[in-house]
Amino acid sequence: MSATLELCLVLSVVAVACALPGAFLVLRRAAMTSDAIGHVLLFGIVLAYFATRDLDSPWLLFGAAGAGLLAVVLVEALEKSGRVKSDAALGLVFAALFAAGVLMVSVSVKNVHLDVDQVLLGQPDYATQPRWEAFGIAIAPVWVMTAVLGVNTLLITLFFKELKLSTFDPGLAATLGFRPTLIHYGLMTLVSITAVAAFDTVGPVLVVGFFVVPAAAAYLLTDRLGVMLVLAGAFGVVAAFLGTFAADTFNTTTAGAVAAVLGLLFAVVFLVAPGRGLIAQELQEVRQKRAFYELMLAVHLMQHEGTPEEAEESRLAGLHHHLSWTPAQVERVVTRAERNGLVVRAGELLKLTDAGRAKAREVLGDRISSEPQP
Amino acid sequence: MTIDDLLMQLNTSALWIPAAGTALLGLATGTVGSFAVLRRQSLQGDAVAHAALPGVAAAFLLGGRVPIALVLGGAAAGWIAMVLVTLITRRSRVPFDSALAGTLAVFFGLGLVLFTYIQRNIADASLTPLERYLFGQASFIREPDLWVIGGFGVLAIIVIVACWKQFKLVSFDPAFAASLGFPVRVLELLLTTLTVIAVVIGLKAVGVVLMTALLIAPAVAARQWTDQLGRLVILAGIFGAVAGVAGTLASHLLSYQFTRAGAVPTGPTIVLCAAALVVLSLVFGTARGWLWTLLHVKALPSEPG
Repeated sequence: MSATLELCLVLSVVAVACALPGAFLVLRRAAMTSDAIGHVLLFGIVLAYFATRDLDSPWLLFGAAGAGLLAVVLVEALEKSGRVKSDAALGLVFAALFAAGVLMVSVSVKNVHLDVDQVLLGQPDYATQPRWEAFGIAIAPVWVMTAVLGVNTLLITLFFKELKLSTFDPGLAATLGFRPTLIHYGLMTLVSITAVAAFDTVGPVLVVGFFVVPAAAAYLLTDRLGVMLVLAGAFGVVAAFLGTFAADTFNTTTAGAVAAVLGLLFAVVFLVAPGRGLIAQELQEVRQKRAFYELMLAVHLMQHEGTPEEAEESRLAGLHHHLSWTPAQVERVVTRAERNGLVVRAGELLKLTDAGRAKAREVLGDRISSEPQP
Repeated sequence: MTIDDLLMQLNTSALWIPAAGTALLGLATGTVGSFAVLRRQSLQGDAVAHAALPGVAAAFLLGGRVPIALVLGGAAAGWIAMVLVTLITRRSRVPFDSALAGTLAVFFGLGLVLFTYIQRNIADASLTPLERYLFGQASFIREPDLWVIGGFGVLAIIVIVACWKQFKLVSFDPAFAASLGFPVRVLELLLTTLTVIAVVIGLKAVGVVLMTALLIAPAVAARQWTDQLGRLVILAGIFGAVAGVAGTLASHLLSYQFTRAGAVPTGPTIVLCAAALVVLSLVFGTARGWLWTLLHVKALPSEPG
């Protein structure tokens, strides 16, 4: 297997493992929490390093996960005190803990190689090298990641109903005895563990990208939670492959390239998503405008149908004056209304068809139709 | 370290230019940040700071080496990111925080791509290592930087004073402001632009990751002492300046313990000083502080009636 393909597969595992809890983060409006957790990990790793004095100890992973949870608890405590708003609390806690982590690294870790640059960029190339020592076995980060993927898939499948209900209707979930708080902390633990396993490979910022961007793109394509999870995972894998090859081609950082591809993918979905994309929205607006103008025309014709003024009011050449449109606009609207079978030309005049009359009646109600027809 | 040593360490322009820079910076971020915190847009600064990275790198690639070019490049990228976040939030059902987090990650990734490209392909690029922009190093602040920080900082404060009434209304009741005919979207964009400016002038000293704290912390600290917007903003400005100077001093003195100058980045020390101010204010603040509320609430039952 070529090195590039191997890298693609490693990143795909990371992508899917992140996308699963990420979908719930997006739906629960907790996306920025993943950013905070991603940064706080450094603090936990440094503390665990001080305790073990061993850069390859698996305790570093537990320390990091613990720090992530600590940050979540601290943020919620600050928020509950009523003195700091949730967004400010999040920004403060993660920045303070991250600052403490960086400071401890730069002040105390003098002769150990704990390169902050590499911590931020991740080391995707080393993901298959044995790294952590546990029970005398050397474990490569990719296996840790695969295990996390397995745990995430298992837990989300097992607790799918609970997660779904507490995400969309926490009030009902609480009433039915589902313990939304417990589910919340469970999910945050999952996010924390996933971030820990992933950030060694891809760095904390791409972790946020993997959590949030594929899920956000999937959210624009479906209303079904199950489909959203699958789509999010698929987007993550596509970005992993495209990004790795792009990084290879341009000789640059893989983590950065994958993040950029994630952005591109989202941009495409944001534009072309059926029904919800920007293009669909614009088309919808054009369609609505056109339908509205045709309706206005039908209403105008109906108002004067059978009255003495009809000869003047419904005269094609005079319509632009009565409707305050430009002649060109009248021409466009009439052509479309004709094509849609709402009106027919009768010499100088424009006459409503039955379909056109029915359309106008939708607006005017029975007020007109109750009058005697000629 | 004896007192004489200490004094000698402090008595150097290599310290006072960065300290003046971070003081000005703290003043500007504290003032601008007050509005961000009140509008519950605290995390905007985080996204802007990360998103500025590709702009800084692009400016460098295009030949901009002077501080003002890098600041403008960063500001442009940060501003584009914020406009994109607004677009995504308004035109799709993706929630605000997801749009923010996603944009942050994507722009930062783009920045890493450009920086790696620069480091691998441009000869004199080792002069601006990535780490300096990630964690901030105030000792790299020179006189031109001082002018950039001072100029934009003063500009931001002038705009806030000039649009005081409008900003106040938009921050507390945007719907009412709109009904009075204020151009709410323009004012919000102006406040966002001020945030972008405050963030990018600080990148060199405080760094991408921690810049957001310098926006939030002074305002949160000041909020514990007063309920009045004017006092809040002034106090936040002062807190920001204090955190800037104290953090720069701490970084300088800690770095002195090591052989390599600038061994301790300034960003973390400034942020920890700001965080200390927050903790002190949360306990002792005379408007909402923990101790004050405790005494106040205890005093209540003894009152007759």
